[in-house]
Amino acid sequence: MSVSSDSQSVGIVQPQAIHFDQPLMLACGRELPGFELVYETYGELNEQCSNAVLVCHALSGHHHAAGYHGPEDKKPGWWDECIGPGKPIDTNRFFVVSLNNIGGCHGSTGPNSVNPQTGKPWGPDFPPLRARDWVHTQTRLADYLGIDCWAAVIGGSLGGMQAMRWALEYPDRVKHCVVIAAALKLSAQNLAFNEVARQAILSDPEFAEGLYQEQDMVPANGLALARMVGHITYLSDDAMANKFGRELRAGTLEQGDETNVEFQVQSYLRYQGSQFSGSFDANTYILMTKALDYFDLAREYGNDPVAAFAHAKCSFLVISFSTDWRFSPARSREIVEALIAADRPVTYTEIEADEGHDAFLMPIPRYLDVFSAYMKRVGESG
Amino acid sequence: MRLDLTHIQRWISPGSRVLDLGCGSGEFLQTLRDERQVRGTGLEIDRDNITQAISRGLNIVEQNMDKGLSNFPDQSFDTVVMAHALQAVHYPDRVLDEMLRIGREGIVTFPNFGHWRCRLYLGLWGRMPVSRFMPHMWYNTPNIHFCTVKDFEALCQHKGIRILSRDVVGNSERAPLLAGSWPNLFATTAIYHITR
Repeated sequence: MSVSSDSQSVGIVQPQAIHFDQPLMLACGRELPGFELVYETYGELNEQCSNAVLVCHALSGHHHAAGYHGPEDKKPGWWDECIGPGKPIDTNRFFVVSLNNIGGCHGSTGPNSVNPQTGKPWGPDFPPLRARDWVHTQTRLADYLGIDCWAAVIGGSLGGMQAMRWALEYPDRVKHCVVIAAALKLSAQNLAFNEVARQAILSDPEFAEGLYQEQDMVPANGLALARMVGHITYLSDDAMANKFGRELRAGTLEQGDETNVEFQVQSYLRYQGSQFSGSFDANTYILMTKALDYFDLAREYGNDPVAAFAHAKCSFLVISFSTDWRFSPARSREIVEALIAADRPVTYTEIEADEGHDAFLMPIPRYLDVFSAYMKRVGESG
Repeated sequence: MRLDLTHIQRWISPGSRVLDLGCGSGEFLQTLRDERQVRGTGLEIDRDNITQAISRGLNIVEQNMDKGLSNFPDQSFDTVVMAHALQAVHYPDRVLDEMLRIGREGIVTFPNFGHWRCRLYLGLWGRMPVSRFMPHMWYNTPNIHFCTVKDFEALCQHKGIRILSRDVVGNSERAPLLAGSWPNLFATTAIYHITR
């Protein structure tokens, strides 16, 4: 669909950047001497500043969540299915803020920004981050935009974890928390996949211990491989079977023929890998997967998620997807159980979907219905 | 609103916490919220119902009662309501125990299988009763544990559950009187307010 013919699109959007000079104390104990945030907004902030919604991105996301950057753009922002006029996060109703987290590689301060103390890119020396660090930077953005309290903080996957962190760190600044396909913390299996992804990058000679930028190299192979591993975990067995089955893209399996065989799924993964390695930064990938690994909502609350959620004051919507095995419905139910035990208002539903973890980005009718219905409530309570 | 639901409202104190097991599209919880400022949570498994209940601005949790309610802490609600769902769960006796573990009080409504029409249908035709109210055939009905008023009271006695009050819904103008006097024969819906 072209930009102009799509009445449910926010249309052409312009990213903005803001620099914060005040140093930021990070969870790791190091201090970031100021930072830049790149963000986009959709819709209008109302007079009471009560209709603002924060969208938190996942592992490889960025600020461009909806609309197009230009008339020639073929693809809209990453969550365009859910953000726009008449969509679940309805821009006729809400003022939507979407930013690139620090540590990212799409304009906000991260490993490929220049470290003011050395005059060189941070590279692998960029401080390790936790979800709370992102939350803290986002409060500054909220202050700057004049938003005292978010009508909702919303995120899928790592973004959902960040949204929960918001609810605990700044209970008076969040009215609703929407947590989609997330978890209280990663399972051992999840940690394992992230480790494989990081090792793929680290073992690429072009990674040069993270100093590839200075040495004018790009660890494209490692990054592509990391993405391929990740991508497998984002899809379900069924989704892959439906999309590719055992279809061949090249060659034949006939006996007596030794031409090279290539399955469709191989070519798809390679394409995904190479696309990603051309647009993402290896140090950022390592940093983001570690932030994901270290996330444990309840750690500082005696490892008790009920005690953790007792600090929250908002209402919660929790959504999971039936074939998501990266953050399975069982993980979402753990969140819901803790919320119930903590006497927090919670709504939970599991969406039947074949697409696995990636379902949270897809236009699945019941998902959009439930999401819209809840967001209507968010709008009315504001 | 369904008649059994209007009947049980008066047993629910304003501002209390209510858990509605099998809340359907949330009509009852909405009424309780709007008219009695009740803080409610609904459990439901039907997906269309869940979406509708969310549109009403209610807190709804998708959860199958048959798989247990252990995620709800002891005495975390004032009242646990289960309207027209007792006959559809796998272990009605365990659900009753759970209701009174989670809530101080419970309210249960169910179709009375001892109603004279049911008896007549089965007695006369020798077939499982099918009516406007229970339109399913025996093989596709979600109602798998039918009981009568007497059966339910016997179970309560066996379990040491105290019946605070009983109410009945009949099927005609004269029914309240008949159903009040001979509930097991004339009540189409039985309504119980129970506690430990």
